[in-house]
Amino acid sequence: MRNKLSWFSAPYVVWMALFTVAPVILVVIYAFTAVPPAEGFTLDNFLRMKEFAVVFARSFRLALIATFICLLIGYPLSYFLAKEGPSFQKIAMVLIMLPMWMNFLLRTYAWMSILENNGFLNRMFAALGIIDLGNLINGGLNSLCASLNEGVLAWLNARLGTALLLSTDRATDMTYFRMLYTQGAVVLGMVYNYLPFMILPIYSVIIKLDNSLLEAARDLGASSARVFRKVIFPLSLPGVLSGVTMVFVPSVSTFAISKMLGGGTKLLLGDLIELQFLGGAYNPYLGSAISLVMMVIVVVCMYVMNRFGEGEEQAVVL
Amino acid sequence: MPKELIRLSNCTMAFDDEVVLDNINLYINDKEFLTLLGPSGCGKTTTLRIIGGFQMPTSGDVFFDGVRINSVPPHKRAVNTVFQKYALFPHLNVYENIAFGLRVPRVEEQKNEMGKVLSRRKVKLSEKEIDQRVMEMLEVVNLRGFEKRRVTSLSGGQQQRVAIARALVNKPKVLLLDEPLGALDLKLRKDMQNELKRIQKAMEITFIYVTHDQEEALAMSDTVVVMDGGKIQQIGTPEDIYNEPKNAFVADFIGESNILDGIMRSDGVVEIFNRQFACLDSGFEKDEPVDVVIRPEDVDIVPENEGQLKGTVTNVTFKGMQYDIIVDFYGFKWLIQTTDLSPVGSRIGIKIDPDGIHIMKKSQYSGMFGDYSSYSEEYEEISDAAYEPGEDGQEDGDEK
Repeated sequence: MRNKLSWFSAPYVVWMALFTVAPVILVVIYAFTAVPPAEGFTLDNFLRMKEFAVVFARSFRLALIATFICLLIGYPLSYFLAKEGPSFQKIAMVLIMLPMWMNFLLRTYAWMSILENNGFLNRMFAALGIIDLGNLINGGLNSLCASLNEGVLAWLNARLGTALLLSTDRATDMTYFRMLYTQGAVVLGMVYNYLPFMILPIYSVIIKLDNSLLEAARDLGASSARVFRKVIFPLSLPGVLSGVTMVFVPSVSTFAISKMLGGGTKLLLGDLIELQFLGGAYNPYLGSAISLVMMVIVVVCMYVMNRFGEGEEQAVVL
Repeated sequence: MPKELIRLSNCTMAFDDEVVLDNINLYINDKEFLTLLGPSGCGKTTTLRIIGGFQMPTSGDVFFDGVRINSVPPHKRAVNTVFQKYALFPHLNVYENIAFGLRVPRVEEQKNEMGKVLSRRKVKLSEKEIDQRVMEMLEVVNLRGFEKRRVTSLSGGQQQRVAIARALVNKPKVLLLDEPLGALDLKLRKDMQNELKRIQKAMEITFIYVTHDQEEALAMSDTVVVMDGGKIQQIGTPEDIYNEPKNAFVADFIGESNILDGIMRSDGVVEIFNRQFACLDSGFEKDEPVDVVIRPEDVDIVPENEGQLKGTVTNVTFKGMQYDIIVDFYGFKWLIQTTDLSPVGSRIGIKIDPDGIHIMKKSQYSGMFGDYSSYSEEYEEISDAAYEPGEDGQEDGDEK
């Protein structure tokens, strides 16, 4: 009874076996294998994991922040976009997708040159007089600017409850906002690169919402705010869940972004794993173990989230 | 003396120069079952949406209980709607769908003797009250025991009942129903027709019902409003509409009709095919050209030599209760319903009693309907103005 056309899926099955299933099996085997010259099965690789607790925490924290910011930007954007006319929607969609047609590394390099100490942003700040390069070097307005700088940061940190954004290690002459090679820059890179993955699923769910559902809610007496809270938002949760998944998973495992925008001093999980395979700390056994732990944590997170969302709607396909 | 509840006065609706409603004047009485009947694109759904508050008429006024409500939003009208495809909230179970309207906080105003608003406060119903009202509604629509079910797991008929319960739970004065039975199969549709009628009687509220199904309209309504081309063609009781259609459109749309050209020779005498027939109509000019409607069931078949008209049977269809036969009279084909079989090719005569002949003034619809010469197995659909190829009882043309 099987469809004869199913043979056409054979290439993909082979592909998947070779490049998805086999590597995962290899990772599992390596993770439980002792580092030479020792041999055989071991849990040592996992026992070493507590050394990297800081890295795990940092990765998950940054990825969570990036995901949250994406959601904060992406949801209202998708929502209002879905209400616009079709031609406006098309143009907006192209604009949202446009950066994705460029290479990921190129985009990130572009951010480097924008955030650099004498990059685009700092020059613009100088031109606008927000920071005065000349005077700062003279030390004349040094104190004023430093307090301004600190004021801005204190405000940001108070608002966001973090100490992450635009952290300025003012070790040397404070002649610029130090933006590149901060954790804020890493978060920015994640948000910039993965924002479309948040927008698209949410947008596609909202655009498909049956207008008569909203009319029914209005008809039953609900105000606009109530219609949103009780109908639109719960029904868009599947989009939110898949958006969150699609931003969080690549964010938590990224290494290029943290390397380029974070300066590679404060390691993220991706960097750590890369180091084990390509870097000086060559230890594929440990690298596999870290990968495995990360995968398990991500899968558990996603599972829990989908279960949480199931109450409202059907589970989201990862 | 019935009390007037809703009045549409000179309502016109246009979308980008396309006139959907053309100067509608209509009043609806309290506790009445009124049906807006017409083919797709006739403006019936638009009329309903104007009453519901989802659309504002381009010009004209809407009154509710004597108060102009043109710009009152839907959630502030004492009107609730049962939507075409039910529009149940898929993320809520049956209970929560019905409770939706009850959970909305109401604003309660305290006024002094002068009617001035002293204070406003939001009032929420207690869970106990909500529970009681929901259970009451479940009882009304016969869905006891379904509270915890997901609405997506219900059959079409059950979903329909939930939609009705949800709309009724706020005790509206008027319930608007937009082709609510369109998606159900025939048997279920018949059951639901009775059900709706029963609910309307039990709740003692006004129902405004939109449909393109004339049988449904005749079976359920106190008043039928026949619409076409954004205009009201006729308003009346089902009997009036069927027995005394105002023009060829109504005659054709409601039931089957043979519509012929005739000339009024005098009061009570009409000439068809150069033969004079007695009829009950009067008040026309002498020799005025008219449209004559003869219902297929009002024709008696007699031996050829006894007939007022003589013709040849060209087609016979067995319909269960009767045969539908097509008879050729001098090139004009009639539909006649009879319980006696007259085989194809046989010559027959017919007789028509005076009360079987209805005279209508000539209108823009004259000559468009009532000839069964294009008869085929699907003649019902071809002659039915509501029929559009590929359309399955849904009326999308009205929705803008």
